[in-house]
Amino acid sequence: MNLHEYQAKELLKKYNVPVQEGIAVDNVMAAEEAYRQIKNETNNSFAVIKAQIHAGGRGKGKIQGTEQRGVAVAKKLEDVTAIAKNLLGGTLVTIQTGEAGKKVSKILVAQDVYYPGPNDVKEFYLSILLDRAKGQNVIMYSTEGGMDIEEVAHNTPDKIYKEWVHPSGGLQGFQARKIAFNLGLSGDAFKSCVKFVTNLYNAYVGLDCSMLEINPLFKTSDEKIIAVDCKMNVDDNALMRHGDLANLRDVSEEDPTEVEAGQYNLNFVKLDGNVGCMVNGAGLAMATMDMIKLSGGEPANFLDVGGTANAQTVEAGFRIIMKDPNVKAILINIFGGIVRCDRVAAGVIEAFNKLGNITIPIIVRLQGTNAVEAKKLIDESGLKVQSAILLSEAAALVKKAVA
Amino acid sequence: MWLNYPIFAGLFKEIFQNMSVLVNKNSKIIVQGFTGTEGTFHASQMIEYGTNVVGGVTPNKGGSTHLERPVFNTVADAVKQTGADVSIIFVPPAFAGDAIMEAAEAGIALVVCITEGIPVQDMVKVKNYLLGKTTRLIGPNCPGVITAGEAKVGIMPGFIFKSGRIGIVSKSGTLTYEAADQTVKAGLGISTAIGIGGDPIIGTTTKEAVELLMNDPETDGIIMIGEIGGGMEAEAARWIKDNNTKPVVGFIAGQTAPPGRRMGHAGAIIGGADDTAAAKMKILEECGVHVVASPADIGRTMAQVLKK
Repeated sequence: MNLHEYQAKELLKKYNVPVQEGIAVDNVMAAEEAYRQIKNETNNSFAVIKAQIHAGGRGKGKIQGTEQRGVAVAKKLEDVTAIAKNLLGGTLVTIQTGEAGKKVSKILVAQDVYYPGPNDVKEFYLSILLDRAKGQNVIMYSTEGGMDIEEVAHNTPDKIYKEWVHPSGGLQGFQARKIAFNLGLSGDAFKSCVKFVTNLYNAYVGLDCSMLEINPLFKTSDEKIIAVDCKMNVDDNALMRHGDLANLRDVSEEDPTEVEAGQYNLNFVKLDGNVGCMVNGAGLAMATMDMIKLSGGEPANFLDVGGTANAQTVEAGFRIIMKDPNVKAILINIFGGIVRCDRVAAGVIEAFNKLGNITIPIIVRLQGTNAVEAKKLIDESGLKVQSAILLSEAAALVKKAVA
Repeated sequence: MWLNYPIFAGLFKEIFQNMSVLVNKNSKIIVQGFTGTEGTFHASQMIEYGTNVVGGVTPNKGGSTHLERPVFNTVADAVKQTGADVSIIFVPPAFAGDAIMEAAEAGIALVVCITEGIPVQDMVKVKNYLLGKTTRLIGPNCPGVITAGEAKVGIMPGFIFKSGRIGIVSKSGTLTYEAADQTVKAGLGISTAIGIGGDPIIGTTTKEAVELLMNDPETDGIIMIGEIGGGMEAEAARWIKDNNTKPVVGFIAGQTAPPGRRMGHAGAIIGGADDTAAAKMKILEECGVHVVASPADIGRTMAQVLKK
């Protein structure tokens, strides 16, 4: 589950991780009020207005049809008003959103961190994630902050450092110090960084994050270390023990069809192709998509009906796939192990009867437990369904359907 | 006498009794989460298949009987009373990590964890806990292990796995059944199928599972099924290149999966260039694996390769 910047920062504060302070708002008046408050507290008339969407590249991205950037500096109240008006309700297109962009319904009015002081400001990069191969969490960091880290990794790999954390011992003091030293910090900034990294790691583990990225990790002119931006991803499997986090889910950021599918315990990912598919098991679902492509079609979706598929879930899956007007054919591919093929067949028949006029070709391939009974059910239903038993036969039928 | 030394006893067992991979008809199996819905259903299926299920564990139900077998409070009790050496876990995700560690602590040699949805940080701990122990973990989020005609320690439909000499290693459940079915229809059969699971952190890697089958005298060819995400298939491929004594047919699911999206399995996500199906298929091919692009060609290709 992805979180918004403002949500992630609130969570980090609970773990005593210093962040760029800000107030999230959803209307212009509240933005103005937030600005007044921040101006008052920081004694600085500069503030930063940041669009809150689940995608990176906001600073370079623009609101559709305007020149308004997703992150902008306001020097006075009038700027805040203008920027907030442009952002709220607009569609922000960034390198990560694709052409469709994402609607902005919240903005973060945040303190300006570039305030003048005795020393230079500095931007670093730091993230924590899982190293799958080692089975350990790894802290990745670099002196090259504020830019695309993949580019840094590609062009100057020596500027990326990694610190693996032992699963039972946790992050040690010497490791946190090493990170601060490698970032070239000394004095107060060094101490501040050691504390920051230690608390950030605690947040990562405590919140069951699967990814936590601070870019930029910022050293202010008065030697404080703060998180200016934060990308946080929480392990969906761990939400069961974080009831409060589940409430932070912003479904408006997700594909509505995918949200609906989730309500039926269906694992659905929308794609751009013309052949819909409904499969049991994630691996077989991916393989079925690949087979559709090799047969001359393009998969319209990933849909795993899981091990508990019954008439209801299958019908829901059917309805969800049919919502996509690009779908020219549907392939149902079920290998019955836990899920019984006759149940799936009953679902297909029920959905067919309920939905009425289905004009596109439906190919049903049922194999495994109770496959014979299932085929009998389908054949005796009188429905216009093409049935297959072998995967290669199903592939041939897809080929014919998209030809 | 030398048989009393564990190493010799182990060797003896390896050579004379334990010809198959991981499980066989002599394996003594307990079920953790025995009395739950999933545990009950699949334990019954396993027993029906002929698997030697000797009992089960459900805390606070020790002393009772379930499916005509004894229920124990702890894995340690079950091991003591039954001599169990294999455990299969159907415990809910929040408690599954704990269940794996309990089994390892009790000295279980092989733990098969079926549970899907274990938090990944729990598995970080579990994986570390198992270091230096002799326990092998299969899964989690996997269909289990089956040695055709001998023992089914998993949730796969047993009737598909007709006995034969082809081994299967797979991250996916239903795709394993698909591969097994095709193998049988191609006139071959299955020795042992190992479902290693689709999570980011799993107990037994693709390479380790392939190695087991490569060293198994009852296996003539190996089907290796991977998917997008992680580096396990590449690691296995490099090992195969150096230790290849049997033909390996490979398939990588997710050639059409978009980057950055999780495709069902928690581990099936393209995070970087090495995660893609295309990249993995290339490495597999370079390492001498017979890669098929279509999942419909797995069985047929294995039959052709064996004829050469």
